[in-house]
Amino acid sequence: MTDVKRPVKLSCRNLWKVFGAGSEEFMRRNNGAASAQALGEARLIGAVRQASIDVHEGEIFIVMGLSGSGKSTLLRCLSRLIEPTYGEVNFDGRDLLKASDAELIEIRRHKMGMVFQHFALLPHLTVLENVGFPLSVQGVPKPEQKKRAQAVIDLVGLKGREHHYPRELSGGQQQRVGIARSLAVEPEIWFLDEPFSALDPLIRREMQSELMRLQGVLKKTIVFITHDFDEAIKLADRIAIMKDGEIIQIGAPEELVLNPATDYVAEFTRDVNRAKVMSAQSLMRASAAGGQHAGKVDAKAKVETFAADIVGANLPFAVTDGKGRLLGEVTPQAVIDLLAGRHVKQAQP
Amino acid sequence: MTDAVLTHSDSRISALPGWRVAALIAGVVAIAFIISWIVPGAWDYPTQAIIPFAEWISAIMLWIKATFTWATRGLADLVNIPLQLAIGFLAKGYRIYLTEGFITLPRFSWVGVCAVAAFVGYRFGGLKLALLSGLSFLAIALFRQWDSAMLTLALILVCVPICVVTGLLLGIWGYLNPKVNRVLIMPALDLLQTIPTFAYLIPMLLLFGNSPVSALLATGLFATPPMVRATVLGLSKVPQDIKDFADMAGCTRRQKLWRVLVPSAKPSLMLGVNQVIMLALNMVIISSMIGAGGLGYDVLLALRALKVGQAMEAGLAIVVLAIVLDRVSQAAALKRPEQDTTQKPWVQRHASLIAILAVLAVTTLASLVLPAFGKVPNEITFTTAPAWKAAVDWVTVNYFDVIEAVRITFLLYVLNPLRAFFEGLPWLGVVLLLAFAGWRLGGIWLALIVALLTAFCATTGLWVQTMATLYLCGVAALIAAAIGIPIGVWASRSDRVEKVVTPFIDTLQTIPSFCFIIPVVMLFRVGDVTALIATVAFAVVPAIRYTNHGIRQVPHELIEAGTAAGCTKRQLFWRVQLPVAMPEIMLGLNQTILLSLSMIVICAMIGTRDLGQEVFKALSKADSGKGLVAGLAIAFIGIIADRLITAWVERLKAKRGLA
Repeated sequence: MTDVKRPVKLSCRNLWKVFGAGSEEFMRRNNGAASAQALGEARLIGAVRQASIDVHEGEIFIVMGLSGSGKSTLLRCLSRLIEPTYGEVNFDGRDLLKASDAELIEIRRHKMGMVFQHFALLPHLTVLENVGFPLSVQGVPKPEQKKRAQAVIDLVGLKGREHHYPRELSGGQQQRVGIARSLAVEPEIWFLDEPFSALDPLIRREMQSELMRLQGVLKKTIVFITHDFDEAIKLADRIAIMKDGEIIQIGAPEELVLNPATDYVAEFTRDVNRAKVMSAQSLMRASAAGGQHAGKVDAKAKVETFAADIVGANLPFAVTDGKGRLLGEVTPQAVIDLLAGRHVKQAQP
Repeated sequence: MTDAVLTHSDSRISALPGWRVAALIAGVVAIAFIISWIVPGAWDYPTQAIIPFAEWISAIMLWIKATFTWATRGLADLVNIPLQLAIGFLAKGYRIYLTEGFITLPRFSWVGVCAVAAFVGYRFGGLKLALLSGLSFLAIALFRQWDSAMLTLALILVCVPICVVTGLLLGIWGYLNPKVNRVLIMPALDLLQTIPTFAYLIPMLLLFGNSPVSALLATGLFATPPMVRATVLGLSKVPQDIKDFADMAGCTRRQKLWRVLVPSAKPSLMLGVNQVIMLALNMVIISSMIGAGGLGYDVLLALRALKVGQAMEAGLAIVVLAIVLDRVSQAAALKRPEQDTTQKPWVQRHASLIAILAVLAVTTLASLVLPAFGKVPNEITFTTAPAWKAAVDWVTVNYFDVIEAVRITFLLYVLNPLRAFFEGLPWLGVVLLLAFAGWRLGGIWLALIVALLTAFCATTGLWVQTMATLYLCGVAALIAAAIGIPIGVWASRSDRVEKVVTPFIDTLQTIPSFCFIIPVVMLFRVGDVTALIATVAFAVVPAIRYTNHGIRQVPHELIEAGTAAGCTKRQLFWRVQLPVAMPEIMLGLNQTILLSLSMIVICAMIGTRDLGQEVFKALSKADSGKGLVAGLAIAFIGIIADRLITAWVERLKAKRGLA
């Protein structure tokens, strides 16, 4: 799972976005703490409340919530597209909220990329010009602009469409342009705001795979917003679940499934295909001394990848760590229980 | 039926049953009149209490004229440079002064201009538009209207870019400063768009004299507002995602504005340009009264001399020019880049421009040797004036009695009593009534605004004229609605009817207001009846358009739900479509009223007796105070009607959950 030793790239502490007259004054007076009731009495709306997250270098951090949960507002506070009311945002160890306008422009020009739900392509520019646009506003010379734009266009598989206008492309292709454009400046952090929500289900799946492929190559630090829990499970290293402006749980997909913090989270995880989320580790029990093993699986391997084999063999599999040391075993019965939905609690810590 | 459920949020008039509303209104009317009986001076505004706004304004204008001569002269000289160039090249030949004497560069050959018109049409709208544009210009040449038409065109060509740039900058300012926009720009635009066109002319006449420059500036003032509106609206409508993208790409403010927002808003901006062109044409015609010259002046002269044929010919030339300008600019607005040309060499990218210049140069050089290229040869031109005159004469000879009988009956038994009724209304009673309406529809602020604006009309001593305007405008709007709404309904229920009606109203809307007067005057001579007919023809379009559109956009599910509930076609119409379309229809009515008002003022030329006539008289005496005060009174009528109806529509929408 997530390697905790990786340094934190972006974080926020006790971050608030409160709408309404006098909201800043209110938050200062209350020292950055207010109950939903107190906000309501002051006729304020807490779009994001006491959010604290750490996004580590190279991870895909997904913020998942239904509409109105404040997930987009949180993203916009992290990128300072809107000013947070209270709290701090640290990017690369510096306080982003203290950056001047000029500094912010510099940071955005070189270190941040963002993909938008409705693509946000400029209608009057071709694909090549759209992708080159962030470079162009930095004043990168034309030939280099073209070269770098072409490189990312090739990367997202749009070669041959450079001179098309956005309206001539399908939704999926338009979002590829959006992705290419956000990558053109080689950002260190990549914000994706519901990038696939406006696409058809089939195209969405294709684009999700495409994102995983790109991430395999690029290893960016990603903050990804979605309202689709399956999408979150599929892509995330870690997920933050938001409801009514608050983050109610942060964890790897497996942790959410195994230990949902609230009924609300449990409701989301109920229909998740556990074999896809859970690893051998989580089904493992202590290996009986001298027991027979029909095979060997890595502790991190998802159940899905060995379910057919273990059930066919009808004998336990040994579970080993990365270096091949024996950790325990998984029984066929445990796998069958999981697949049948009978598995409720983690067998072994 | 559903009212009981829907009105819980809204407990004012709508919660009351119909008869109680009627009783309430009757009660308020009675009270207003009783107050008017009791309070002295409430019936006729006392002359000694008239506030001398007119004198104040005149004094201010004179002071401005005296103090800022350098500024007005400078502005006039500045504007005159492009104006003289355009007039020189298109109409009169451009003079270059040398140390001794001058040389005159020939104007563009009419052959070349026609070819360019066709070419521009082709570039924007293909073969069809090329034919329309080219043949229209050719027709203008062959009907002997070339010189005047080119003068008019020159004014427009200079005016439109100025308006577009000014409008764009003002719009950007308004977009970036919502407060300035709300407090300063939008009210100013409202005022500019409701003050009658004549009233613009007076200060221009005073400051800049009787010249094309004054005409140009008056036109600019009149034609810029829609560009400002289109800019503010277009920039606001740019999707939030795109605005966020600009920030995330690290755009500076300037880059965000000019490289992201303005280009993204281009379709809206181009519609603004189209409106600027059409308003500029409309106003250039009217400005012929203060020296614009051109086609408008021809119409004016012909009308004054009652030369029916000539007036009709020049009027038709205006219409033709209007249609071409409208269609070409609309096509240009819809035109999107077809392929990427940035890689191609300069010459290829500017091929169209080069071709245009080449055609103009070649034909104009040819005109030096071939006189037929310089001036449209008389042998190939013809005039329709005698035919028009003959037609009118024929109608007059054969149907004079009928027309006259209709006219006089209408005047005696409908219009005159109505006029007497309106002119006899007590000013205080009307102020109270309108304030009450404002209060019920929009609250205390609306009541206050309405009361103040109405009181202005009385306290300036223009009450009778105001009521005369109200009567003419009201009758015209009522007739226009009575004709337009049923046509709109009919068009909404049949695609075939819509197909016939649409091009007809499109054309009607393109025609400058001035031109509506010509044919009516021929048949009905001058007076209220003529004014009404011209006004109805001018103002009927929005009633048709909005009704048709409103009914057609009733959601399909609602129709299906109605059908499934077993509605007959008639029930479906009266109980589903009409109620849902009502707000839209009301907006159409609002437009109809505003158009009626603007047209009724122009009808002062044909002898109405109302506020418009006051402005017209002030224009002939260059009395800016009187002219502006009467103009403001007219504007206030428009603003009052607009605010009350808009408030009503908002309430309707809120009630139906459509807001």
